Amino acid sequence: FRIMAGKVKWVTDIEKSVLINNFEKRGWIQVTENEDWNFYWMSVQTIRNVFSVETGYRLSDDQIVNHFPNHYELTRKDLMVKNIKRYRKELEKEGSPLAEKDENGKYIYLDFVPVTFMLPADYNLFVEEFRKNPSSTWIMKPCGKAQGKGIFLINKLSQIKKWSRDSKTSSFVSQSSKEAYVISLYINNPLLIGGKKFDLRLYVLVSTYRPLRCYMYKLGFCRFCTVKYTPSTSELDNMFVHLTNVAIQKHGDDYNHIHGGKWTVSNLRLYLESTRGKEVTNKLFDEIHWIIVQSLKAVAPVMNNDKHCFECYGYDIIIDDKLKPWLIEVNASPSLTSSTANDRILKYNLINDTLNIAVPNGEIPDCKWNKSPPKEVLGNYEVLYDEEMAQSDGPDRDLRSRSGQSTGVKGNRARDSGKPVLTTWK
Amino acid sequence: MLDPDNGLSLTIARIVQRLKGSSLHSQLERQARISLHKPEIKLESLKEDIKDFLKTSGWEKKLQNAVYSELNVFPSPCHPAAPPEHMKEPLAYMRKAQGSWEKRILKSLNSMCTELSIPLAQKRPVSEQKELLNKWNEMGTDEPDLSLFRPVYAPKDFLEVLTNLRNPNYENGEQPSFRSHLGLIQVPLKVKDIPELKEDFSELGLNIGQLGIDDSAQVPPEFFENEHVRVGQKVLAEQDSAAAQQYVRQGCPTALRADLWALILNISNQPEDILYYEQLKSNVIQHDLLVDSLIYKDVKLTASNDDYYFVFEDYLYQVLLCFSRDTSVLEHFTYSSATPPKSYIRGKLGMEEYAVFYPPNGVIPFHGFSMYVAPLCFLYHEPSKLYQMFREMYVRFFFRLHSISSHPSGIVSLCLLFETLLQTHLPQLFYHLREIGAQPLRISFKWMVRAFSGYLATDQLLLLWDRILGYNSLEILAGQQLKYRAFSFSPGSCCVCFPSSQPDGGDITGCSRSCTC
Repeated sequence: FRIMAGKVKWVTDIEKSVLINNFEKRGWIQVTENEDWNFYWMSVQTIRNVFSVETGYRLSDDQIVNHFPNHYELTRKDLMVKNIKRYRKELEKEGSPLAEKDENGKYIYLDFVPVTFMLPADYNLFVEEFRKNPSSTWIMKPCGKAQGKGIFLINKLSQIKKWSRDSKTSSFVSQSSKEAYVISLYINNPLLIGGKKFDLRLYVLVSTYRPLRCYMYKLGFCRFCTVKYTPSTSELDNMFVHLTNVAIQKHGDDYNHIHGGKWTVSNLRLYLESTRGKEVTNKLFDEIHWIIVQSLKAVAPVMNNDKHCFECYGYDIIIDDKLKPWLIEVNASPSLTSSTANDRILKYNLINDTLNIAVPNGEIPDCKWNKSPPKEVLGNYEVLYDEEMAQSDGPDRDLRSRSGQSTGVKGNRARDSGKPVLTTWK
Repeated sequence: MLDPDNGLSLTIARIVQRLKGSSLHSQLERQARISLHKPEIKLESLKEDIKDFLKTSGWEKKLQNAVYSELNVFPSPCHPAAPPEHMKEPLAYMRKAQGSWEKRILKSLNSMCTELSIPLAQKRPVSEQKELLNKWNEMGTDEPDLSLFRPVYAPKDFLEVLTNLRNPNYENGEQPSFRSHLGLIQVPLKVKDIPELKEDFSELGLNIGQLGIDDSAQVPPEFFENEHVRVGQKVLAEQDSAAAQQYVRQGCPTALRADLWALILNISNQPEDILYYEQLKSNVIQHDLLVDSLIYKDVKLTASNDDYYFVFEDYLYQVLLCFSRDTSVLEHFTYSSATPPKSYIRGKLGMEEYAVFYPPNGVIPFHGFSMYVAPLCFLYHEPSKLYQMFREMYVRFFFRLHSISSHPSGIVSLCLLFETLLQTHLPQLFYHLREIGAQPLRISFKWMVRAFSGYLATDQLLLLWDRILGYNSLEILAGQQLKYRAFSFSPGSCCVCFPSSQPDGGDITGCSRSCTC
């Protein structure tokens, strides 16, 4: 009989071909969650159960899962903002140069999340801020939803009367996460390309939070709105103009199934270098790397750094017309649905490279390993930040190399400055 | 034979005539007048002093660039007694072929017009004008019903015409031998052979640094790159067209490309240029042309579906609709083998006083035409500058890709060059392909007609177009498929790159791997 020992046993509750094809090509064996499994690619609902106080169970050393138990510290909009605010205050308290502020009281290096308040809890604080700038537009997002669901724009206080009432009566009413919203200053001066608004989706793999080790997928993409962007107030209701989520764009009239309104990050880079110059483009990309790492550092202290866990996040970033990147949100379950052929290839390779790093050699894992994969298996990932290596280079490395804090990214940039080896046919 | 002195004085006379009355001329005059107030300008040595002043203030350089531009665009006069059509095309049979081809295109356009009962041109009602003006920046969101329109012709139609080209004075009856040309093009045009190409394109040699070539180069890439960028910045600071043209032969650094190309093509986006573009825009608003629908259709079929260029869809309309109405483009017909189609005001057929060129710029777009503009959108985001850069690229280069002529950069010569290179350099592959009924030109033709736009990743396309500008020639397109380094002769460094994703190409990549060269 065939010896099955040594083959990774996998389970998933997400029926996506990009996942399953990757498991099968490694010769892994599919099992159910009640059997002995080594690898479970689970949805966020399932991870809640695995680690919950009542229904949870202990994972053994040869089991890995694809989420951290309390990932929501980063991936829930309100908690992400809360953690970043706390992180900044801590740095300020300890007198770190990173927390330096400018003459207007804005953080120089750590102002990368648009002004955000929780509703209904911070309603009054929000009103104060709103009145400073009464012509501003704000975006309301439900804390617990994804894919652009339930999002709307407001530019008048009357549009959120409901939350004002709730805040007054909130002392005894416990907020279910369904009703909680965050309200953020809407970035009404996004960088437009071809007159179109877009956002950036970048994939970041975290293998451990303490020490922090994270990787950035080189093949991120821009998602363009199918309808022309106008900041005019009459268009506030037209979600096709404002939201770049593919789930929403797909239903617009102009959605194209060949390119899906997506551009590669390398196209973005080529366009920006050609029209704005190399220095500002490099600065932009450095800043993007910076804000990703800072967001991870912000949640690292509160993350349950369970050794059985790794996680691949989908970062959503918007660039404004001054070429400043803003962190909009982080997704724990980035969509694995493919909207175009290119998309399918990208996501397939993403999972492939992720598995190569998270499950070394494709063999039955041992959680006690040092989580330090050799360079050759990184595939399209590059090291974004490796705390261990950074620390060995000196304690004030953070500030000195603020624009290139990782050991991998800046070095790679010089080398892959766009010199193709083979002619790239389409 | 024209003696050199005569030729030179003719050229000078022509350039002076063209520059006279140009805005550069009036600016120079103005500068000279202003300089009279300067203390260093003395009455005794007025002429010399003004000349020095123009030199130090950079105006002489601008004049130099303008002269250089004229030299690049207009061919040298062959003979004072030569009729004007010789400047267009010296060979009679080519002229005739181009004439018949044009008749066919016009017939196709007219019949579409009659079928659909749409006039070639009409004035827009005021309400429509208002609407179009509002939508000017987002014409891509318009969804006019274009189902009844079809492209006037596609590259493959053009290829059939070229395949049937024959020189009536040339006896082709001899027995086919190893010297016969086995490709589709059967006209005896002189194309460069490999030693000549090596000499003309010497900057592409292995021993010279390049941007965008694989790292088997002998010059270490990083070292070359930093130095190259430094030199490029210097060239830009000097604002010297000729130096820029020489420089880009080794490829442009991304950040410098937009400025270098503008310098080479002598485009500076002056206020009068912007005004001119705005004037064209108002022409678009006021009048509707049938070719507008052809342009819409083309953009929707090609650029809108392209991974790289879909983002710029709206810019393409803004450029191409204006381009159709730009009568200054008619100038290029003096040196193009093509002639602009004529149309007559309704009811006045045949009466010369009522003849107009149609479209106003004399260029009827074909399937894929919008892809000439698309790559430029990566470099220029200001509409009037984008427009001027495209127009200049068209009247210098692209027009040769869809007209029949004997010019070395004309599509006929490029096809012949490609086939000859392939037959000489990779004979086994060539014969094998012919055997299986896959003439290589049938596949590569559409790539060349489009100057590879849409067939290469943009960053590499731009590097290719760097060389077109650098050598002021389209010959590089014929060599692109054989890679730049085909001229190095070292085994293994040449290969035929056929994309396996192309439906017709699937067979061929398999073949090219089994054939040795």
